[in-house]
Amino acid sequence: MPKRTDIHTILILGAGPIVIGQASEFDYSGVQACKALREEGFRVVLVNSNPATIMTDPEFADATYIEPLTVESVSRIIAKERPDAVLPTVGGQTALNLAVALHNAGVLDEYGCPLIGASVQAVEIAEDRELFKQAMARVGLPVARSGVAITLDEALQIVKETGFPAIIRPSFTLGGTGGGIAYNIEEFRSIVENGLDLSPTNQVLVEESVIGWKEFELEVMRDRADNVVIICSIENLDAMGVHTGDSITVAPAQTLTDREYQRLRDMAVTVMGAVGVETGGSNVQFAVNPRDGRVIVIEMNPRVSRSSALASKATGFPIAKIAAKLAVGYTLDELPNDITRETPASFEPTLDYVVVKIPRFAFEKFPGAQPNLGTQMKSVGEAMAIGRTFAEAWQKALRSLEIGRGGWGADGKEGIDGERLREYLITPRPERPFYVRYALQSGMDERQVARLTGYDPWFVAQFAHILHLEGRLRAFTLDTVPPRLLREAKRTGFSDQQLAMLLHAKPEAVRAKRKTQAIVPTYHRVDTCAAEFPALTPYLYSSYETESESDPTDRPKVIILGSGPNRIGQGLEFDYCCCHAVFALRELGYETIMVNCNPETVSTDYDTSDRLYFEPLTLEDVLNIVDEEGQGLALDPARPSPNIAVIVQFGGQTPLKLARSIEAAGVPILGTTPEAIDLAEDRERFGALLREHNIPQPANGTATSFETAVQVVQRIGFPVVVRPSYVLGGRGMAIVYTEDELRKYMREAADISPDHPVLIDKFLEDAWEFDVDAVADSEDVVIAGIMHQIELAGIHSGDSAAVLPPSMVPAEHLQTMRRYTVALAKALNVVGLMNVQYAMKDDVVYVLEVNPRASRTVPFVSKASGVPWAKVAAQVMTGRKLRQLGFTEEPVIAGFHVKEVVLPWSKFPGVDTSLGPEMRSTGEGMGSGETFGEAFAKAQLGCNRDLPRGGAVFVSVNDADKPNVVPIAREFAALGFRLVATGGTADYLAQHGVHADIVFKVNEGRPNVVDLIKNGEINLIVNTPLGQASFYDELAMRRAGVQYGVVSITTLSGAEAAIEAIKALKSGAWTVRSLQEWHALSAGLRDDQQPIT
Amino acid sequence: MEALLVLEDGRVFEGRSFGAQGETTGEVVFATGMTGYQEVLTDPSYAGQIVTMTAAHIGNTGVNEIDPEAERPYVAGFLVRSYTDDYSSWRARTALAHYLREHEIVALADIDTRALTRHIREKGALRAAISTETDDTEYLLNLARTASPMEGLDLASGVGTRQPYTWSQGSGEWAGIASPPPRLHVVAYDFGLKRNILRKLVDHGAHVTVVPVTTTAEDVLALKPDGVFLSNGPGDPATLDYAVKHIETLLGRTPMFGICLGHQLMGLAVGGSTFKLPYGHHGCNHPVKDLSSGHVQITSQNHGFSVAAESLPDDIEVTHRNLNDGTVEGLRHTRYPAFSVQYHPEAAPGPHDADQLFTEFVRLMEQERER
Repeated sequence: MPKRTDIHTILILGAGPIVIGQASEFDYSGVQACKALREEGFRVVLVNSNPATIMTDPEFADATYIEPLTVESVSRIIAKERPDAVLPTVGGQTALNLAVALHNAGVLDEYGCPLIGASVQAVEIAEDRELFKQAMARVGLPVARSGVAITLDEALQIVKETGFPAIIRPSFTLGGTGGGIAYNIEEFRSIVENGLDLSPTNQVLVEESVIGWKEFELEVMRDRADNVVIICSIENLDAMGVHTGDSITVAPAQTLTDREYQRLRDMAVTVMGAVGVETGGSNVQFAVNPRDGRVIVIEMNPRVSRSSALASKATGFPIAKIAAKLAVGYTLDELPNDITRETPASFEPTLDYVVVKIPRFAFEKFPGAQPNLGTQMKSVGEAMAIGRTFAEAWQKALRSLEIGRGGWGADGKEGIDGERLREYLITPRPERPFYVRYALQSGMDERQVARLTGYDPWFVAQFAHILHLEGRLRAFTLDTVPPRLLREAKRTGFSDQQLAMLLHAKPEAVRAKRKTQAIVPTYHRVDTCAAEFPALTPYLYSSYETESESDPTDRPKVIILGSGPNRIGQGLEFDYCCCHAVFALRELGYETIMVNCNPETVSTDYDTSDRLYFEPLTLEDVLNIVDEEGQGLALDPARPSPNIAVIVQFGGQTPLKLARSIEAAGVPILGTTPEAIDLAEDRERFGALLREHNIPQPANGTATSFETAVQVVQRIGFPVVVRPSYVLGGRGMAIVYTEDELRKYMREAADISPDHPVLIDKFLEDAWEFDVDAVADSEDVVIAGIMHQIELAGIHSGDSAAVLPPSMVPAEHLQTMRRYTVALAKALNVVGLMNVQYAMKDDVVYVLEVNPRASRTVPFVSKASGVPWAKVAAQVMTGRKLRQLGFTEEPVIAGFHVKEVVLPWSKFPGVDTSLGPEMRSTGEGMGSGETFGEAFAKAQLGCNRDLPRGGAVFVSVNDADKPNVVPIAREFAALGFRLVATGGTADYLAQHGVHADIVFKVNEGRPNVVDLIKNGEINLIVNTPLGQASFYDELAMRRAGVQYGVVSITTLSGAEAAIEAIKALKSGAWTVRSLQEWHALSAGLRDDQQPIT
Repeated sequence: MEALLVLEDGRVFEGRSFGAQGETTGEVVFATGMTGYQEVLTDPSYAGQIVTMTAAHIGNTGVNEIDPEAERPYVAGFLVRSYTDDYSSWRARTALAHYLREHEIVALADIDTRALTRHIREKGALRAAISTETDDTEYLLNLARTASPMEGLDLASGVGTRQPYTWSQGSGEWAGIASPPPRLHVVAYDFGLKRNILRKLVDHGAHVTVVPVTTTAEDVLALKPDGVFLSNGPGDPATLDYAVKHIETLLGRTPMFGICLGHQLMGLAVGGSTFKLPYGHHGCNHPVKDLSSGHVQITSQNHGFSVAAESLPDDIEVTHRNLNDGTVEGLRHTRYPAFSVQYHPEAAPGPHDADQLFTEFVRLMEQERER
């Protein structure tokens, strides 16, 4: 069955901002779908509110809409673009929910654009717990005993039947949001109430617990001729009870006999039919009782998913790409297997290696959050590793995580609380693998470890083997260790760092020694077929076998180091930059070599770069790749080879940390020198450079103790911003107002040493902050964009909404920023990207920070301006000049473009939801409009925040903000809002002629503001923090806001923006416009206008 | 203890013995299924072959009593990348190593199975010698080179039953169904029959009499079968001219269904020829297209020889093709009620996609009975 000829234009729905449970894997799947459909000649229209994605690059679709993923917005796009079909299966849960909403609103019928890839009915069966159970029952598949409740009373009836512990799963929520395990009736009530609120259909499923059963997933594909293939089996190391996104997972499944595996396979095929998935990829989850093999079907997702991204990377089978082609009518046997090219896609990949995925968490950023893992996903990223054995993949995955570990322990960083061993084995937490290690080391029986953790005994035995080998190694030093044993250690995944610790040497010495003994990695191809057929795609992983298959070429090559597992502060934006570097260099004819270990990304798609190494981003692993790729190039620091180079400035901190050592190994670093990057981070030298150029910066100093910190503060005065040196995303950053707070900070900040001092800056209260991105070659500097942050100083720039171009700022100050930026770029001899953060207070522009590398805002600026800045930078880094490339002027930008952020509060109940200097957002959305208000409103909608058009606004501000809140309150009143305020604020407003109803603070009495929020009587919260005294009051209020979906604004500039936005929404005059249209408008303006000088 | 694998072309692989001590020779083939090592070990079609498993870890689920496809392992030797004695499965009774030693199967772990597989892919299936006792590679090379090549080797007569017997046990609990009362009598030629074929025939309503390969057509017909089944088995089909003769006689006189070697023999019986594939098909992921419906089945395969399509006469229809290399995967006689497939609808190990072929056989037998 060839492709359908009755459809021409296809609308692809994206996944929106990165949130916990829905991350860059949907950029990967979206990019694959766009490419696959355009390759087939379809006109692709794309909508996604997330500007950091690669899929929203204008090259990937014929019309790209960075617009809200709402019925209202997408209806307008459909009315304008008239697609023949809508593909909802590559944009995660968001896209599926949106597709159902569009259907229910009658939009799909009205415009005659049916869904392809999944029917509304199939989505409903898969997503509605009760319908799913009925569908399973019809085909005789076993499910857990359960019932669906829409009230607490119904839930209480059901749990009488199903018993405790009870699993609660709200319907239609992402990553298990609002779900949980209740061990008693009290917990049960609280989780059910919360779950009913969070479910868009106000439904929860109450289910019998299968905690402790083994969990398996099968990735299934079906075409319209009913051909079904299983792409991958995945076994969760963590037993049932931990969300699969938070579980350590292994592919292929390791502990199933063929009979047991085939039974799951048969069931998966039956599930596809029962749910009615006609074409595409789905994920089916099973629980298996380890005691008797009893199986139940847990759930299925009728779309590509996080697991399918993992399965694609684990097998080399591009699930999203194939799913897109199946959706337009192809059958599996009509599509080739890209890796072998000779054989068709209608087969099941077979693996001769083991893949381990380990999630990465960010609990340290959310004080007060319980670091326990359950049915609601909390991880923010993941690392994947490939090895020829489980042990090898396991150790590689742990060092890929970048949590400071050299592998599975043996790195001198144990930090175990032995007293709580049993608790930490039983209760799943991120550090459990290290407690397993400690338990085995301290002699706990393997069976006991397996019983307490729920890990399958086979895995525990593998762990014991690693420890046994470690024991054998400890008997030697580097001088005495037998080569055979050293090879065995490398084959078992031990890093040079671990071996250095075990053999009492330096990692460099271990490396040197093993190289003299020819103990070097071999590289193998991920080939889908266990070597049965030749693989033509160089998708590689390392091991220590007898022959290497890397087959390096002698073309001029550039190695691009990726950004590793997603984390808060270093996510999709950096993958975007890395991919752009690849695109640019490929166009210039270089062989591009990507190194990364993040399975969610576009950069780890095998056809993004010429060659892909799926490897940890540690110095050892990167140098090994350099050695492999540099064969015959005689690498020498004194005479850098023109035929190989490395790019470190696009992947965030991860590659930057390696820059100096890579340079020392004789490999040229392209672009700005590591020396200059270091200079910008070095307080003293950078301060001197600023003084030399007469560029002001906030008064500052460094301290290595409380005493030296006090000396600094005596000089510069409170308040101050304190932070550790070398951080990204504001880790450990705080604003300190008193000496007591300072003492506490200095006591609690980890790792303070002369090498790692605490940086102290004067905090510029009420300042405006700006982010400036620029590209420089050694001759010219061009400003890419100046972004004005909507939140005032003190909020991490990554957590602040920002607008481009800035319209509220006097031109002279913008000119000052431009001047400083050019001066700094030249002083640092920047070649490539640079980001400068400025603050403006009392008509003085201060430099806060310079980062001569790719920044988080590069994709946003590129989308707003239509200039692919990361690509331009990559070209410049190879020696091309901006003048040659035609980028010498700061682009004029049509319209207003607002970036807004999403914060993961709902995943961490109990934590304070106010913003601060530590970045905590997981992703961003973008809105563009003719006016600032329209752009801001769309950005809010793009982040799933619907601003109210009317109702009540609760206002509570600190004394400093009171004068400024009056006009804001007046505007809200003029827009028809009722004002509600606490006593102090209401009095102040009354004195200035604005009426507000008075409501109690939480600690004053009832009904208080939290009661009103819960009753739905408050539609918007404007609350600037009042300080320590009312901390808990505000916490309770903001928490209620999060729980009940009431937007909470914590700065007055944010409130002003909201007013503009509400005006735009109320007028209803907003339009949708594609990026291509925006960019044409901008280009028109550039032709008409004089350039900004 | 260190052990060696020496291929006939001189390539040497080092490993560690985990099965029986000793030396062995055979043709090295690779099997790509990720599950089902117990079924592979005990599949009589692997007689004379040293099997290397491409899956990284083998032995994880131990050894149980239900999964074997015959009463003992048939492989000549066994090669894996990683083996540990620890196993985990609620059905397991013992460790794989123990089982292999008990049955005197020489087995090596820590072999670079990927390099070995790539080598076989390039060079074709090779004869080899394994020893856990000597490091004399010259001696082992000589041993490998003097081992019998698979072409021209009649192994089926050695592994098939010597005495007829009857079988009436179905898949039982695993299929989730009770076997129906038998209503058809199938006579099965045993060239190296897998148990799961018998179970499947019983599941589909047959009572089976298993007969030796030397049984004549007349003796088979005397058993008054509703149909004749030709089993899988090891070795070169071209050596089994006696069996081919019986099949020629039986064609058209009773419905017939062949699997694997049985399929190749049917091809020979209708006048076709067979040839040796470079490195065979051994795995659970081979796509096979049903040419009449266009449907693709993922199939379990284990064969080194194949029926040459161009050798087949006009009254034979090629019904199935392998989508990887285009080889013939199924035949149907256009005049007689007879068909055969190269792959394994009984799976074990592998997917159950082709189960309906047993239904098809039953349908043929019932049609024939009504006439």
